[in-house]
Amino acid sequence: MAETLAPVAPGGGSRSPGRSLSAFLHQRPRLRLSLLLSAPVAWLVVAYLGSLVALFLSAFWTVDTFTGALIREWNLENFRTLVTDSVYRTITLRTLGVAALVTVIDALIAFPMAFAMAKLVSPRARRFLVVAVLMPLWSSYLVKAYAWRVMLGEGGFVDSVFGTTPGYGLTAAVIVLAYLWLPYMILPIYAGLERLPDSLLEASSDLGARAGRTFRKVIFPMTMPAVIAGSIFTFSLSLGDYIAVQIVGGKTQLIGNVVYSNIGAANNLPFAAAFALVPVLIMVGYLMAVRRTGALDEL
Amino acid sequence: MRRNRTLLAVAAASVLLLTAACGSSSSGSKGGTSASGFKVPDIPMQKEIGPGEGQVNLVAWAGYVEDGSTDPKLDWVTEFEKETGCQVNVKVAGSSDEMVSLMRTGQYDGVSASGDATLRLIAAGDVAPVNTSLIPNYVDVFDGLKNKPWNTVNGKTYGVPHGRGANLLMWRSDVVKPAPDSWSVVWDANSPYKGKVTAYDSPIYIADAALYLMHTKPELGIKNPYALDDKQFQAAIDLLKQQKTVVGEYWSDYLKAVQAFKSGSTVVGTAWQVLANMAQKEGAPVQTTLPKEGSTGWSDTWMISSKAKHPNCMYKWMNHIISPKVNAQVAEWFGEAPANKKSCALTSDKNHCNTFHAEDEQYFSKVWFWTTPVKDCLDGRGPKCKDYAAWTQAWTQIKG
Repeated sequence: MAETLAPVAPGGGSRSPGRSLSAFLHQRPRLRLSLLLSAPVAWLVVAYLGSLVALFLSAFWTVDTFTGALIREWNLENFRTLVTDSVYRTITLRTLGVAALVTVIDALIAFPMAFAMAKLVSPRARRFLVVAVLMPLWSSYLVKAYAWRVMLGEGGFVDSVFGTTPGYGLTAAVIVLAYLWLPYMILPIYAGLERLPDSLLEASSDLGARAGRTFRKVIFPMTMPAVIAGSIFTFSLSLGDYIAVQIVGGKTQLIGNVVYSNIGAANNLPFAAAFALVPVLIMVGYLMAVRRTGALDEL
Repeated sequence: MRRNRTLLAVAAASVLLLTAACGSSSSGSKGGTSASGFKVPDIPMQKEIGPGEGQVNLVAWAGYVEDGSTDPKLDWVTEFEKETGCQVNVKVAGSSDEMVSLMRTGQYDGVSASGDATLRLIAAGDVAPVNTSLIPNYVDVFDGLKNKPWNTVNGKTYGVPHGRGANLLMWRSDVVKPAPDSWSVVWDANSPYKGKVTAYDSPIYIADAALYLMHTKPELGIKNPYALDDKQFQAAIDLLKQQKTVVGEYWSDYLKAVQAFKSGSTVVGTAWQVLANMAQKEGAPVQTTLPKEGSTGWSDTWMISSKAKHPNCMYKWMNHIISPKVNAQVAEWFGEAPANKKSCALTSDKNHCNTFHAEDEQYFSKVWFWTTPVKDCLDGRGPKCKDYAAWTQAWTQIKG
């Protein structure tokens, strides 16, 4: 611990405080680093991980069923309800299904779009397309969701163009979520494709591969991590969403809605916390599963 | 390695800080109260009204606190603000449960609570008894609304009655023909309006099913839709699960409900008169009725928070909202029976009090006012009824 017994800097005495502070820090790389990191680490630990810890802890409490006052006694009641009550299993599976479906739809739409942006169009058109993809992100989530409510309604845009509308329900929820999260899928895939050297595609065709084979053997394996990176966004965002579902989902409930109604209406924060841990666990599992594909390096 | 240790130290310190913060907040927890025969925390009543504090924060039903932003003609807030200097901030709640949880935050001075929320608020110590001698207009409130089990406990009054009304059946008159006079149109599994029926999104809606069963299955012996034993409760849940097949969406957000009726994605369902007023204002051909089976309803009470930061303004507000002219305006806009006897003479529609049966106790005997279901059956059968927690859980299961 030689650094703590700081020797006075040579030639000192007439220095300004700012300079002597920088000299002081210069000699102490570890202090410098910890000062630099303290704000982000404090943020990460206190605000981010801390809130998760608080969530985890409160999941073990219960509330007085009549007054709704918190009872801070350690018990597993909430988890027992989650496991034994089949309705929560149904809701979890439904939510997983929606998240998976949204991810697949987004991947299918995003891939050709990203491919065109990265490989086919002129730089000018590319810039235009990037802006076009980003533009929806600049407007409010609620505006977009309510716009879809109007479009999907009776006599709305969808109805008048296609002659029919799915109405409000699970289908509408999937459509709107897929719309909302699409940019989060396009951008990672675009980034991945842009890094794919054109020479590989040329080599593949020089060796006699047709477009389909080049896609299967070259493009797809090399951009798979980018697709998975995008899927982490679309999947986790869909798992947690409740607003779009509330607006266009009709009578559908997903995990987010049950969590929300337990906090807002039933005032059962502990149960909401317990149920909110389910998507956290699903995401941890998903991240562990995709870690080896290299998808996390793409984020 | 050394670098890691520094990071670890920072992390550990932060976790310590966090647990310390958690610990201090948990020491402030309230004493226990139980569902059956609940204890009422002793909260002092205000003795006198001082000068206003400059503002008042309210939790209210949609349509209760209008400042002219919905319609320039609907404004009973601006005048109050000018007179008292109390700026009114309002948070509109969609359900009684939301009101209870908002009041628990302690950030609001008062609430327009319905009968299914009041006892929970009183038992939890979230609201204080009201000194009615500080509210000059209180003497003019209908006797049928005073000293009711949902606003008075152990002889202490916990609020100022605001008005009462029924949950009505609302429909699009251009689609739903003939005009329905029975709730069967929303409960029948073969309803011709399948997929376009709406229902109120709250556990208390289970009582609507029980009310319908009172008339269609008398053998269940339901005497009070808020007092259901295991068998009756199950029957109500089965009916609600059957109803789910015809429901398009459940509503608690009143704007969403109005929009759905307006666009026609909903054509029939439970609503309040104020929703019909809003929809008609926007050109939707909707009508309402009190069906022959009767209906559930509400009797609302303005209550003051035990943690009110602006109690003087709140007292002034409670007096203002039941003053004859203002109570008449609110009652007409919301579509309810006013609380103040003198309001009936001041409504712009002179027939309003007759239409809403303000003085007709016979009519209100057909309306089952929202009441918190408790274990001790409200119809006096002893402790074999489902309590509100069971109702809440069942509601999640009904929606599936």
